Amino acid sequence: MMKSTQQLEQQLKRHSKAAKLEIWGKVVSFSALILIVAVVVGIIGFVASKGLATFFTNHVSLWDFLSGKSWNPGVTDANGKPEVGALPMIMGSFLITVLSAIVATPFAIGTAVFMNEISPNKGAKILQPVTELLVGIPSVVYGFIGLSVVVPVTRAIFGGSGFGILSGTCVLFVMILPTVTSMSVDALRAVPRYYREASLALGATQWQTIYKVVLRAATPGLMTAVVFGMARAFGEALAVQMVIGNAALMPGSLVDPSSTLTSVLTTGIGNTVMGSLQNNALWSLALVLLLMSLVFNLIVRLIGRKGRLQ
Amino acid sequence: MMNPKTQNKVAIGTLYGVAGLVVLILLALLGYILVSGLPQLSWHFLTAPAKAFLKGGGVGVQLYNSFYLLILAMLISFPIALGAAIYLYEYAKDNWVTTTIRTAIEILSSLPSVVVGLFGFLFFVVKLRLGFSILSGAFALTFFNLPLLTRSIEDSLRTIDTTQREGGLALGLSRWETVTRVILPAAVPSILTGVILSAGRVFGEAAALIYTAGQSAPALDFTDWNPFNISSPLNPMRPAETLAVHIWKINSEGIMPDAKAISSGSSAVLVLAILLFNFAARYLGKRLYKRLTSA
Repeated sequence: MMKSTQQLEQQLKRHSKAAKLEIWGKVVSFSALILIVAVVVGIIGFVASKGLATFFTNHVSLWDFLSGKSWNPGVTDANGKPEVGALPMIMGSFLITVLSAIVATPFAIGTAVFMNEISPNKGAKILQPVTELLVGIPSVVYGFIGLSVVVPVTRAIFGGSGFGILSGTCVLFVMILPTVTSMSVDALRAVPRYYREASLALGATQWQTIYKVVLRAATPGLMTAVVFGMARAFGEALAVQMVIGNAALMPGSLVDPSSTLTSVLTTGIGNTVMGSLQNNALWSLALVLLLMSLVFNLIVRLIGRKGRLQ
Repeated sequence: MMNPKTQNKVAIGTLYGVAGLVVLILLALLGYILVSGLPQLSWHFLTAPAKAFLKGGGVGVQLYNSFYLLILAMLISFPIALGAAIYLYEYAKDNWVTTTIRTAIEILSSLPSVVVGLFGFLFFVVKLRLGFSILSGAFALTFFNLPLLTRSIEDSLRTIDTTQREGGLALGLSRWETVTRVILPAAVPSILTGVILSAGRVFGEAAALIYTAGQSAPALDFTDWNPFNISSPLNPMRPAETLAVHIWKINSEGIMPDAKAISSGSSAVLVLAILLFNFAARYLGKRLYKRLTSA
């Protein structure tokens, strides 16, 4: 008698088939998620350990790295220190990012306003599909067009080789334009309809409504769009590498060949020996790139937190 | 000060101009790619192997490599992304762990693809000794693809009404069964659209592949389908230059006399493939939605 109650108890407490499946499903889907997190941690950990080796193993000072103007890791300077000044590349990356964002922002926001406020019909029919398609065009294609159209035109107008920050800016401008536009459209779409109605009902013209109400309300979203565009521009490698000229010098003017963090990385990493100073210095550049993308992420977060529509 | 009505007209006119200019730039871009590229396309161009120093090479091997890598990367990343999205949307509680995980995914999606490629080089090519191979490339593409795909699947799950979940639970199904039997079938069309669109991005990716799948495309023997032979198209351990990498490679260090013609042709192929992916995504999504639902 005792035994059978125990058996019954066991039977009742045992997981049913469905419950087992439930646990199994939960575990499997959770491990998939953990895998992604592990990848992120792995990437940051690996790149950081490699990138920091320049400073800890090769004892290059961080200040020399960030402010030095000559990049030639194989050569040592007069003081016997290796020449690993990354300032030219950091400058190149920032210049090209900021310039392309400055050029692209008015176009992108103007187009987004047109699509969303002025002519939603034409916007949906023509602009939407075109921008969506262009977001997906591979960056090498942009680079190739830059090489065969933008560089010759720059050369014809400004002389020199045509390679340089100006050509890079042109290519990145076209590249980030669709991204920033479609994100700006989302930002404008999030502005409630009654904002516009209230403004128009007060007798404001369409432009006054757009400028004083819609754009103001959508500012955080528009800023996020621009920051995303900048992050994309900063991290873009091949398209920029193809048109910038790849000379690791301080950019003297916008039409001199120069280089960015990504262009030096793509051309250099295959030509150096793992573990050498030349190689470690390149990994430090990759680390700078990684940290900057974290900073862009942080900025987006801050904008999102501060500027939420109440 | 202009009167508000004139101001309005001027401003709206300017906006028309800006939008028109942008359309012009974008159409010129597309037009240039297609006009300069389409004349290069021929059966020979699409199937012949590349030539390093001579005119008249094709992109057959590169095109095949692109598709093979795409399929492998999708096979690896889809189950992971699906699992992650299901957990995030159906199970995860709204607490700091979930927020941290979401932040991590966002960080991964915003990492420059060069950095992902370099990590793939460090980890798969060097540490795990996979060498420049399709497998290393597929893993790098997986990392690049995971956050995008996870987010798009999660968005697809979000479009399914809560009443469907409640219905499943009310019938006595477990949460997992509700997801697999009720939610997923309803979400298939939009998941598929997301998968195809992300396939388009993976197809054109080059920066993550230069140092993982390599920059050389050894000749393939398309009659040998034993994956362990080095010249077999199925061998995952051979280096494989894709079409996108090919464009970069011949433009930055190419020595063939017709590099420009080949890049135009390859660019057109890439863009046409992306166009195809886009249309397929729309069409199949709609079609499946009609078949799978009573709508």
